[in-house]
Amino acid sequence: MTTKQNSALGYALLGAIAFGGTAASAAEQITFVSQGGAYQQAQTVAILDPSAKKLGITINQDSIPDAWPAIKTQVGSGKPIWDVVDTPTGYCLRGGEQGLIEKLDFSKIPNAAAMPEAYRSPYSVSYEFYSSVLAYSQKTFPKDAPNSWIDFWDVKKFPGRRALRNHPIATLEAALMADGVAPDKLYPLDVDRAFKKLEEIKPHITVWWTSGAQSAQLLNDGEVDMEMAWNGRVSAVAKEGAKVSFTYNQGILQSTSLCILKGAPNLETAVKFLNEAVDPVHQANLPLHIDYGPGNPKAFETNVIKAERAAQLPSEPANAAKQALMSYAWWSSPAGEAAEKRWASFMQK
Amino acid sequence: MTITVPDPSQKHQRREHGLMLALVSPALLVILALIVLPVGWLAWQSIYHDGFTLENYRRVFTEDIYWRSFALTFEISLAVTGIALLLGYPVAYLANSVPKGWSILILSLVVLPFWTSVLVRAYAWLALLQRTGVINQLLRYLDVISEPLALVHNTFGTVVATVHILLPFMVLPLYATMQKIPGDLMQAGASLGASPSLTFVRVFLPLSLPGVLAGCTMVFVLCLGFYITPELLGGGRTVMVSMLVSRNVELYNQFGAASAVAVVLLVSVLLIFLVVSRFISLDRILGQK
Repeated sequence: MTTKQNSALGYALLGAIAFGGTAASAAEQITFVSQGGAYQQAQTVAILDPSAKKLGITINQDSIPDAWPAIKTQVGSGKPIWDVVDTPTGYCLRGGEQGLIEKLDFSKIPNAAAMPEAYRSPYSVSYEFYSSVLAYSQKTFPKDAPNSWIDFWDVKKFPGRRALRNHPIATLEAALMADGVAPDKLYPLDVDRAFKKLEEIKPHITVWWTSGAQSAQLLNDGEVDMEMAWNGRVSAVAKEGAKVSFTYNQGILQSTSLCILKGAPNLETAVKFLNEAVDPVHQANLPLHIDYGPGNPKAFETNVIKAERAAQLPSEPANAAKQALMSYAWWSSPAGEAAEKRWASFMQK
Repeated sequence: MTITVPDPSQKHQRREHGLMLALVSPALLVILALIVLPVGWLAWQSIYHDGFTLENYRRVFTEDIYWRSFALTFEISLAVTGIALLLGYPVAYLANSVPKGWSILILSLVVLPFWTSVLVRAYAWLALLQRTGVINQLLRYLDVISEPLALVHNTFGTVVATVHILLPFMVLPLYATMQKIPGDLMQAGASLGASPSLTFVRVFLPLSLPGVLAGCTMVFVLCLGFYITPELLGGGRTVMVSMLVSRNVELYNQFGAASAVAVVLLVSVLLIFLVVSRFISLDRILGQK
């Protein structure tokens, strides 16, 4: 009885292996997941299609606004269907610590190995950069606009309605810079000090926004005079003719990264793709299609991005120098997670 | 000596019951698959995570942000219910007392907003209430105010939009109840010398109370689970229970933490129904009779 069952299982396994083998030799493929919308379209043109062509593989695309719960359930089920995910770097790190993300062998990813260490982790490689910046209405501030988080906190010198993101990430960093901490001396964050500083500005915050679209609408409709917002959202509003602007000064430089799910069905191809996706030329093509900066700083040395375009991008070296580089390692540490939980009680007090 | 003759009507009835059961079984299966199973699964997750645990419930009952959120949710729901009753009762009364053609018109106007998505209506309120919105612009133009009023991104804006969305759930049960109050009773009251207002207070109002209770329960319970209006119009400060649910998924990366909140809310709703059903049959609230 048991023998029969075992042999049946054996045949099934054999079949699966044989099937897997033929599928791989026919055409290598991976499933790549990003966040959809204009952002994923830009990647398709700049990075995904050229990479697929160069490697001779098929890239199946999927998109999801927040990949984290799906990563957990897919890997948890033991049979993930995705290979490579583009997601905020913090999730790659947290996933790595929880055994949900593959550890990378950088000897197989030379393009990533050539990147500065701050741009990669054992589990992930920076894919693109955006920034949480101080944006303002040019109608309210035609000149002498607020130019730092100290200005943002100065309600006497810069009267007006304000908005911040309803989330501790980047907001605590801004509070500390408003309290005089230098952008390169933020980590580990002094959480108590940051919340204390936030209490100070809290009565003057009209809206705590939750989505990027909402932050754009607030600025566009003149509902607030200044706010923290993502650079791409502000420039999109400005492009539509609204009198708004932003400064990269004291912006918080954030990234999404590529990482590979633990037990990904096409692991080897996924690693090859990862290397190709952060190739400086592909990366340099991305900002030609959308207002995000390349994850690989070498992209700025390719001459693909014109100087005037580079100056608009968050990760351009001169712009990056004015900003704080977010430490996702800190945010995924126990202290970071505790700060994230503390946010709720701060908001509801 | 008695011979039991099978009652043909009984047999017929039994066959009819069987047919009914067969007819509703697809719907029952859908409910089982789409509601009972997932809710049961969520409830299970809230107490089981690598072993039996009450950690999620301990958090809900001890951390004060949960208390605050539940308190705020009940406060908002009470306010919305009260305002909806004040606004809805006269509308239902009017629809009940005018000729048929007019009442159809009034009721269609009440139901009309259902044709627009809740999201669109929430954004419409944003356009009306915000600093540069229609109301503030008008009041400034008329010199009533010098500084724009804070009408939205707070609890006020949330309540206004929620009342708008839930008003039909108040008006319809009220109207249904009023329809069944015999008009003769008012005339009887009048013939006994009572003024119209006295007949209303002594006769009509008490008879309409089941409708009031039904409408209030509907609105209150629906409001407890509202998500979109506080999210869009609450300015981030109005954290209702439904928002805690979504936030807990992000924060604790497991469904258990969120489902504990959902289970507590579900149990409170069931308790409310239980209490209300002591006074009025549930069929009435759900609009059957």
